Amino acid sequence: MASISLKNVVKRYGNGKSVNQVIHGLSAEIGDGEFVVVVGPSGCGKSTLLRMVAGLEEISEGQIIIGNRVVNDLEPSERDIAMVFQNYALYPHMSVFDNMAYGLKIAKVPAAEIRARVDKAAAILQLGQFLERKPRQLSGGQRQRVAMGRAIVRQPQVFLFDEPLSNLDAKLRAHTRLEIQKLHRELGITSLFVTHDQVEAMTLAQRMIVMNDGVMEQFGTPEEVYARPATTFVATFIGSPPMNLLKNAPGADAGTIVGIRPEHLDITADGWALVVDAIETLGAERLVYGRWAHGSGDELMTIRCEENVPVPTLGSTIHVTPRADRLHYFDAATGKRK
Amino acid sequence: MEKRVVFRSSWLPWALIAPQVVVITLFFFWPAAQALVQSLQQSDAFGTSVEWVGFENFVNLWNDATYLASFYTTAVFSVSVAVVGLTLSLLLAVFADRVVKGALAYRTLLIWPYAVAPAVAGVLWLFMFAPSVGVVSYTLRKLGFEWNHLLNGNHAMTLVVMAAVWKQISYNFLFFLAGLQSIPKSLIEAAAIDGARPWRRFWTIVFPMLSPTTFFLLVINIVYAFFDTFAIIDSATQGGPGKDTVILVYKVYYDGFKAMDLGGSAAQSVILMVIVVALTVIQFRFVEKKVNY
Ligand SMILES: Nc1ncnc2c1ncn2[C@@H]1O[C@H](COP(=O)(O)OP(=O)(O)O)[C@@H](O)[C@H]1O
Ligand SMILES: [Mg+2]
Repeated sequence: MASISLKNVVKRYGNGKSVNQVIHGLSAEIGDGEFVVVVGPSGCGKSTLLRMVAGLEEISEGQIIIGNRVVNDLEPSERDIAMVFQNYALYPHMSVFDNMAYGLKIAKVPAAEIRARVDKAAAILQLGQFLERKPRQLSGGQRQRVAMGRAIVRQPQVFLFDEPLSNLDAKLRAHTRLEIQKLHRELGITSLFVTHDQVEAMTLAQRMIVMNDGVMEQFGTPEEVYARPATTFVATFIGSPPMNLLKNAPGADAGTIVGIRPEHLDITADGWALVVDAIETLGAERLVYGRWAHGSGDELMTIRCEENVPVPTLGSTIHVTPRADRLHYFDAATGKRK
Repeated sequence: MEKRVVFRSSWLPWALIAPQVVVITLFFFWPAAQALVQSLQQSDAFGTSVEWVGFENFVNLWNDATYLASFYTTAVFSVSVAVVGLTLSLLLAVFADRVVKGALAYRTLLIWPYAVAPAVAGVLWLFMFAPSVGVVSYTLRKLGFEWNHLLNGNHAMTLVVMAAVWKQISYNFLFFLAGLQSIPKSLIEAAAIDGARPWRRFWTIVFPMLSPTTFFLLVINIVYAFFDTFAIIDSATQGGPGKDTVILVYKVYYDGFKAMDLGGSAAQSVILMVIVVALTVIQFRFVEKKVNY
């Protein structure tokens, strides 16, 4: 097992006039055995980052260190990593067994040991009865497990996952999330997991890297990221519905954005006066969309209410009070937390 | 439910396929039937007397050493054309698949030979290899290699194989390139992470995934070598020296129009027809269950 450290990693595509920089000097330390999720909107450079760790993309600047080796110039096969691809990348002409055994055969592992390792992985992943099938004879969920199995049998230092759950339906995704957590508890292998889905990130991560436009906005535990978002981007990207950002809140300093999560606003007898624009009922809770017309302009806000809170009528005026210890302050110019 | 077009009138569908039927009848069924009839007849060189001889023409062919030799020549020729052609074009396609800069120009250049008529291809290679004056044979002689396809049967065979391969290479190339480009990149990457070096990746991942394409091209190339290379042979060697490059189609032409043995020639073309039908059946059988992974 090994730690991963990223030191000022830069990625540029193209050359000459058409250079496109997609990762802008990213640094992070991932501990031995840690499960770290990289989350961000699509196109922000998550896959690129992961592929640089895997050795599938060249590192334009900076260093990536796995264990105690600088891996910049090492081939993917020399980095002692395994990767699960979004489309699983199973070899379609090989049986499930051969898919899992491929890397071991190349590494010249004795046949008996290959058999043992594949059987063990297949047992963990409940693939025992499918070993002789071809990938096309499997369901999406089974293929996904084969892809995981292929990573497991190699017993690598590091697991890399590139959105491995995005091709599964919602129910299977939730289930597989739990399986992956369990697997990590059992094997304890350092893992880097890329996703654009904040729920996946929050539930899987021991620590998460929130990325936007090739920049790391925050690196912390899910609790930290939720409770103390480092930037307005993180504040709105993590949490659903997103945090309300008030640009001209009365009483706040000029140049300060005030943030408050929908679940931290309470309907009270007096407080901020909001006109109710729309209401959404989600079962256990209700989202109330309101407009706060104050001296210096309108603010749109979402309020999340428990189902036992009386339903306001559309167009009426309600009063809300933020929980004082849940207010966030951001610099309007930089978006950074104050 | 299957969606079908239903015609109200009964003559319209027939009218719609009529042109196709006419063309096929005129240019395939009619001549094929004629060949079949002629293969059972014997006529003298002037066509004045015709008599029915049953399968005598076929029996004669069976006993004709030159015909059996021509089978052998054809086998050597078509296997060489298919193997050399497929190998070279696969190689070129693998390179083209990697080239990023100037890829379009490279591909366009590779596609050109396909636009050249077979007879022209034959003449082109003939010029280059003409003993004493051709560019290539001149160079070969400088290197101490005496090239003369007018005297040496192996040289002649090499010449027509090269011309035939060159002519067909673009076609093979296009199919291989398309096949290569339809292999997901992530498969190659997964194999690289699994520790496979490029050579191993090619043989264990890429090549097996190309196998439907390869088989299709193999049949196409054999059919091509059997039937479409007449003009190349005719313009480059006329079957010579001796009968060293007389492949089956060339023999049909030679026996029919030069030796005026119409019955024998017709019998040969019937055999060729059977071969092409057999190849086509194999092809279709395979295409039906072509997903072999
Ligand atoms: N091979 C490439 N050549 C040029 N640009 C690329 C290449 N791969 C990715 N990019 C660009 O890099 C950016 C980040 O891509 P990617 O890492 O795939 O994002 P994500 O995985 O977060 O959705 C995108 O703008 C994308 O267009
Ligand atoms: Mg991606």
